[in-house]
Formats: sequence, C-alpha cells, structure tokens
Amino acid sequence: MSELKSGSNLEKVLKAGHFAFTGECGPPKGANVEHLKEKLAHLKGHVDAVNMTDNQTAVVRMSSLAGSAIMIGEGSEPNFQMVCRDRNRLAIMSDILGAYSLGIRNMLCLSGDHQTFGNHPQAKNVHDIDSMQLIALVKKMRDEGKFMNGEDIDVPPKMFIGAACNPFADPYEYRVYRLANKIEAGADFIQTQCIFNMDKFRDFMKKVVDMGLHEKCYILAGVTPMKNAGMANFMSKFVPGMDIPESLIKRLKGVDKKDQAEEGIKFALEQVEEFKEMKGVAGVHMMAIEWEHMVPEIAERAGVLPRPAV
Amino acid sequence: MRLSYPAAVKIIQVPCTGRVDILHLLNSIEDGADGVYVAGCLEGECHYRDGNLKAKRKVEYVKRILTELGIEPDRVQMYNLSSAQGARFAEIAAEMVETVKKLGPTPVKKGTAA
Amino acid sequence: MIVADRKSLEEILAMVENNKKILILGCKGCVTVCNVGGLKEVEILASSIRIARKKSGKDIDIDINVLERQCDREYVAGIKDTVGDYEAVISLACGVGPQFLSEMYTDQTFYPGVNTTFFGGATEHGVWEERCAGCGTCAIHLFGGLCPVARCAKSLLHGPCGGSSDGRCEVNKDTECIWDTIVRKKMEQGRLEDLMGVRGPKDWQTARDGGPRRSIREELIQGNI
Repeated sequence: MSELKSGSNLEKVLKAGHFAFTGECGPPKGANVEHLKEKLAHLKGHVDAVNMTDNQTAVVRMSSLAGSAIMIGEGSEPNFQMVCRDRNRLAIMSDILGAYSLGIRNMLCLSGDHQTFGNHPQAKNVHDIDSMQLIALVKKMRDEGKFMNGEDIDVPPKMFIGAACNPFADPYEYRVYRLANKIEAGADFIQTQCIFNMDKFRDFMKKVVDMGLHEKCYILAGVTPMKNAGMANFMSKFVPGMDIPESLIKRLKGVDKKDQAEEGIKFALEQVEEFKEMKGVAGVHMMAIEWEHMVPEIAERAGVLPRPAV
Repeated sequence: MRLSYPAAVKIIQVPCTGRVDILHLLNSIEDGADGVYVAGCLEGECHYRDGNLKAKRKVEYVKRILTELGIEPDRVQMYNLSSAQGARFAEIAAEMVETVKKLGPTPVKKGTAA
Repeated sequence: MIVADRKSLEEILAMVENNKKILILGCKGCVTVCNVGGLKEVEILASSIRIARKKSGKDIDIDINVLERQCDREYVAGIKDTVGDYEAVISLACGVGPQFLSEMYTDQTFYPGVNTTFFGGATEHGVWEERCAGCGTCAIHLFGGLCPVARCAKSLLHGPCGGSSDGRCEVNKDTECIWDTIVRKKMEQGRLEDLMGVRGPKDWQTARDGGPRRSIREELIQGNI
C-alpha cells in the first residue's frame, strides 16, 4: 500500500492511519434531487465518504451513479455501490467508466439483494458475474488498464475497491475464508454488514487478525443505530443475514418508548468505542438508515470529529 | 335387517374402494349425477392395506377439480363404515341424499351427451 | 427429466372457449413420469373440460391420444390423418411438444396445457426439484457435484451470499442454500481450497444468452452408427 490506488479521500484517510468514518445515503424513490441534497447536507463534513446505495433491497430508486454524481456536486465523496443483480458485464464496465469520468473514486462491489425482496419481484435478474468477479474486474480495469476481454482501456478508471462482508451469515466458519477470497480478488477495503452481535464479531475479527487479513485490507465495521425496539424486532425477523441478539431488543424495550432512540444511539456509540480499540478494525461504516440528520450528533458524540483533512 | 335406503342412490360395487378411480367419480358427475360418494371400510381397517385411504385422496382431488369448475365440492364425499354397520349404511345414504338435495340439482346439464 | 405443472382449468377452458371439437394430446415422456401429461392426466382433463362445458350448456366433443414422444417428428407424424378433424389441440407435453406439432401442422392451433418449469427430479413422491439450468457448460465437479448456477438464486460462483441462514436460501426458507451445502461438503473433505481464488467469468454463450441452441452430431446425420 505504498502508492495511492485511486487518490480518493477515503483511501488517503485510511492510508494515513486515521480511524475512518463513512456514512450511507439511499437515493430518493423518484427524481427528488432537493431531498437528496438535504440528506447529503447532514452528512457533509461528518464522514470521509458516503455510500450511495444501488436499488437497495431491490427497490427501484434513482441510480446510484446519478446519486453519486450529485453528491460530488454537493461537496462530499461518494462510495458508489454497484450490484450484479441489475447489470451484465457490458453495463457494469460502462458504468464504471462513467462513474470514474464523473469523478467517482470509491466503489463497493456487491451481489445485490434478490429481487423477490423488492418492489418488482417479477423482474428478471442478471448475475452475469458475481461480486467476487466484479471485484476482480474493477481491479483489472484499474491495474492492468484492460476490459474483461483483455482489450485496452483508453484512460483506465482508478477506483478504490470496496467489498461487503457479512460475518453473521451461514456457514459462519466459512465467512472468514470468503473475506480472504475477496481481498485476494482485489478488495482494498471492506464494509461489514450491520453488527449487533458483538460477541460473534469479536470472535470473527480474531480469526481475521490470525489470518493477517487486516494487514492486506482496511476493515470498516458496520454500525446501524436502532431507532426503537420495533426496528430491532423487524430487522431481526425480516432482513436476511441479520443477527440481532435478544439482549439488545430487551435493552431497547427496557426504556420508555421516547427514550428508545437515545438508547439505540448509546449502544451504537459503545460499539464505535470498542471498534476504535479492536485489533484489525480500521474504521466504522455508520448506516443511519433514513436517519441521516442524526449523523452529525452521532459523529460528535462518537468523538470522530473533525474528520481529518488529507 | 330389512333396512331401507333412499331409492335415489345407485350402488356400484367394487372389491375395495382402492379400485375407485378419479375418472369414475368425474365421469359420474359428467354424466349428470347430482352427487357421488365412496363408502369405504373404516380407516385403519382396509381388508387389503390402504385402499380406503387412497380413495380418500382421490375424493379430495376430485373435490379440488369441482371447486375449480365452480361446482360444490360437497357433491363428492368419502364415508367410512364397516361391513357390519348396516344401519350406518342406510344412514349415510340418507345423509348424502339430504346433502345433495340441499345443494339442488347438478349444474352439469343432463341429456346433453358429449 | 423435464418437469411441468398443469395449467389451471380456468386458463385451459378460456383457450378452448369457442371450440366444439378438440383433441387432448398427452406424451409418454417426461410429463408422464412427472404425472402431468400422461394418459391419466389426459383423461382427467378431458372429463373436467366436459363437466365445465356441460355446466355452461356448451357441449364439447373431446378425443384423447397419447404420443410416444411429442419431441420426435416420427411420433408427431402419427396423428397426421386425424389432426385436421379438430378445431384445436391441447398438448400436455412440455413446451417442446406443441412446437413440434405447430411446425408440422401449420394450419392447426395447439394450446399448451402445462407450464414447463425446469430440469429436475423427484426428491420424494409428489415433489420435484430443479437441478440443472442447461447452461451448456457443465462444471458441477468444481462444486462438489452440485450446481450453483441452477440452484443458487443468484447463480453465484464464489460462495454463499450474505443472506444464507441455517442452510436456507434468503429467497425462500423452503429452498436449500446450495452454497451452504457445497461449503460444508468441502470443509468436511478438508478441501476448502477448491473454493478459493477467482474463477474466470462464465461464458454464457453456451446458455440461452447465445441465442437458441442446436446440437449437431455429424456421424448421426450421416446415418445410425
């Protein structure tokens, strides 16, 4: 990790050894640019980069590419998410070139939630390549300056390559190897699924460190502050791959309804504190779902402000 | 025992209700029967092995077809009784006739040969 | 084999709504084995349609027949003398049948009576499951003999996605996560390294993406060997 691969702010922050703090923003269900700009304003200056989700949970929204471009105009750095569900290799490569041309320097490579979860379950999915192959493709385009077919790219896109990791999905014993494979494929940084089960994550990170994976890649721990016990319950039951311990739901239920949001934030802050000290964790990815306006307060109380200028 | 049962019932004998076919039931309805029922041995007491249970599944299957066709599924029934229950036989016959009477004549028009 | 499901009576009745004389044609191949288009099913469908039509007061004359296979021209030719006697024909074969019929008898209307679903087998009596996607480039030996192209909802080639839970697929809890099974098998065998590394992108030209496919065997074109 001597030279910069992409020159993105996120890359520089991580390379300089700072504890990274990234945010997330879902594009609007429509072309409501003003609303998007409002949400982005909350995040500006409080995070190192903002993930722009790509038809998250398979619900149609403004394209993550357009959302990312708008974000650049608003003065924040996007982490452009791309799923393999909606594009074949042609569209993938052309969108990567387009993204780079618009100034996007970070990409998160994902398989994508299955369309049956979304609002167009009748859709045909693509899955021409999978997330592992997408990571390798972005790397090939960047490092070799070649398309998938080996043809030269006239000005290759230099992306800082991200990948996801869900330590809470099954089979658990395999997850660290899958992570290793993604790093091998070319992932520069990892953003994990929302973490709630700290015991399991501690165990997972121990495995990661034992394998030395944290030295090859920056790992950002995913945190989602719970707004209330109902949200915890819902996510536990209906969001695939979520591991929400009963103790957390109990803790939220244990306080007055009006205080549950504060309790959720407190838990998230405790997590951030622990991640700051946890070996192998290079930062936090704060996914305040439809709660972007709380990010300044959360960042402030987490003691991650001001964000480093690199 | 000189038990009487409704004259409307036409009996077709089979060695075991396992011999009853979906088509026997369907064809009866097709030919204008207002109802058709299978009288098998008590469950668990099939003289062969499970003929009456097979018949039960076939009756259920035919009920589904009738439902799909907008015909009352109650026009087809499965009953279970032992050969020693003559009184019960007459009772079932009366019960079935009563059920069918309540439903009225079959919507499958008679005399319109295929 | 090819697995299919019978279309609803409602759909079939609507197809032949205006016909007074039809043929229902079964097939002794796959659809007989998966109990959807053999003699039995042909008879049941014929009776069901007759009941429905008598109910609506619009009689219908139905003949039935079952071909050895509807995917072979020599068997399809077997009805050449009678096929013209009907206003329409319902085929209970897989999607191949009504097409071979339509190609040979261009003036006749052939309705599909079944929905062809997948290549698979019966895992228990009355339950069929998909096993093959017919992608044209079989590589199941790389995955412990199990096919992620057909059996993973996302056709992933590099392990289970983040939605795998307790060996079940995120799309449907009744569906096995095939990647969970593949991974566990490899771990038990101590051969997890088989799943590491990045496979080259799959060549989908041999799948449907390359357009309709053809299989040509020169030696057979010249005659039986």
